[in-house]
Amino acid sequence: MFDLDKWQEIFSTIRQNKLRTFLTAFSVAWGIIMLVILLGSGYGLENGVRKEFEGDAVNYLSINPGMTSVAHKGTKPGTPIRFTNDDRDLLARMPGVTASSARTRIFGNGIISYKNEYGAFDIFCCHPEYAQVESLVMTQGRYLNHSDIENTRKVVALGRIVAEALFKNGEDPLGKYIKVNDVLFKVVGVFDDPGGDRDMSRIYIPISTAQKAFNRGNSINNVCVVMDGATVEQSRQAEEAIKQNLSQRHHFDPNDTRALFVFNTINEYQRFMSLFAGIRTFIWIIGIGTIIAGIVGVSNIMMIVVKERTKEIGIRKSLGATPASIVGLILQESVLITAFAGYSGLVIGVVLLELVGNNMPNVDYFANPEIKLDVALSATLLLIVSGVVAGFVPARRAASVKPVEALRDE
Amino acid sequence: MLQTENMIHLRGLHKSYVTGSNSLHVLKGIDLHIAPGEFVSIMGSSGSGKSTLLNILGILDNYDQGQYTLAGNPIVKMSETKAAAFRNQLIGFVFQSFNLISFKNALENVALPLYYQKISRRKRNQMAMEYLDRMGLADWANHMPNELSGGQKQRIAIARALISKPKVILADEPTGALDTQTSYEVMDILKEVNAQGITILIVTHEHDIAAMTNRIIRLRDGVIAEDIRNGEVKKIKEMAFAAAI
Repeated sequence: MFDLDKWQEIFSTIRQNKLRTFLTAFSVAWGIIMLVILLGSGYGLENGVRKEFEGDAVNYLSINPGMTSVAHKGTKPGTPIRFTNDDRDLLARMPGVTASSARTRIFGNGIISYKNEYGAFDIFCCHPEYAQVESLVMTQGRYLNHSDIENTRKVVALGRIVAEALFKNGEDPLGKYIKVNDVLFKVVGVFDDPGGDRDMSRIYIPISTAQKAFNRGNSINNVCVVMDGATVEQSRQAEEAIKQNLSQRHHFDPNDTRALFVFNTINEYQRFMSLFAGIRTFIWIIGIGTIIAGIVGVSNIMMIVVKERTKEIGIRKSLGATPASIVGLILQESVLITAFAGYSGLVIGVVLLELVGNNMPNVDYFANPEIKLDVALSATLLLIVSGVVAGFVPARRAASVKPVEALRDE
Repeated sequence: MLQTENMIHLRGLHKSYVTGSNSLHVLKGIDLHIAPGEFVSIMGSSGSGKSTLLNILGILDNYDQGQYTLAGNPIVKMSETKAAAFRNQLIGFVFQSFNLISFKNALENVALPLYYQKISRRKRNQMAMEYLDRMGLADWANHMPNELSGGQKQRIAIARALISKPKVILADEPTGALDTQTSYEVMDILKEVNAQGITILIVTHEHDIAAMTNRIIRLRDGVIAEDIRNGEVKKIKEMAFAAAI
């Protein structure tokens, strides 16, 4: 393989047929460029969707009350279901649930102000565990804690955008009091949310405080339960159990699709991920198909090469070339062309992907088209194997050339 | 020890070419003994089987029936790899159309047989240079074949045939593509080679070329029609001369 003479022989034949070699190499390089771009775009799509999910955890179930649509045990159709703290406590005790939080959003005139700065932002009233659902990252201070809930403290965690809107000139928000619907709350933390700007234009206050301060009794809008480490199957079973439990408590038909809405992120996430696994397989099939077309091209060219070099092969044989050395000569040339062309294609493809990725406007469901190292490596390996495959038949043909016939060939 | 006495020993050699339903019987029982150091020419009209005989002697083709021993080695049906080794070590070929590799320069062409002997690049280039020098072509070492004259190409081919120090040189119409002057030069070189003890067999249809060898074997319709040795050649020439007068 590292025989200098053999390489020189190969290079001299390649120099003999520059255009032909170029065209052959091009067909292989093109196949690889297509494969890289397809795979990269596939990853781009996947990354985009992953990013959409990234804002929130992908291991929780969000349970929203609806309105009954069928009569059941004395409950009339059209009865709204209302959650209370007890519902959260009930769901928190379910097997498989690792954390849970109530959530109540205060809509509308959520005017939040600090000194002369003010703005309208979403107000979320939750338990400390809600940080897990949103995948929050505290940049300053802390999030809500259990002590805040128990003591109904008037504390607030601000999204980065809220903090920037209220605290100008680099003023430190920690420990300052802001007005939320005319009630003073102390800022205990500022957070980032990978979910994006909308999720950072929020403030979080303890649910217990909100219920008192804004006259909400013990009602809550929603319960989120985190099921860390749960499989899709487990999450579906939990979904069913939640429906059963809540239907008994609130006297609605467990099969009533309008009474309760459960958003199962575990299930959703898995669905997307298996979709992408499918897309990836599909892309590989197309890509390999393209490469096979390239290989057939190389094989074809090598066939012509062998035909053209029949006489030379005959001369070599008369000088003592063994069949193995002839096979090596043809095979090595084939591997060289495919590996070199394929590698160039790989590089060009990756550069193109980078260019597209860097200059692309921010669109939903598509981000960072890329190709992973292991994919690039397996593609390279694939190329070398294809070179061998492409060269094999022509090499065998060359080796089986009878010297006497080869020498007669004019 | 029959084998050592003869460089080439053929007994009852038969060869047919089968094309479809037709069978062409080319060699019909050749018995031939060539001692080491002989300089033999094989003559015959086209179709007499002389090229086929040379191909069989060069292990480029196989035979159907009979025995062939080359330098003590029985040449029977063998693997291509083994045949390649024999060709490499025992035989040097010289062809009518030179058969140099067009994209290799003179030096590389001469060195090629040594490449198949796995001799290091430096050593084989050194040896190739030596042989080129012996042919008076040292200055042309880096020229490509298409930059050389016919005589120069054939001298390079002879250098290539000699470099592996073969026992036998097989030359198929070595002067066929050359003018008279150059032909004689090439024959002079072959004579010198023969003088060093290497057995040479040439196929030719030119009488003057054949007359420069020590033995002429004339084939006709696949059998040896005449086998004339040196002294006799001169005698025949004289007779022909006398007849002409």
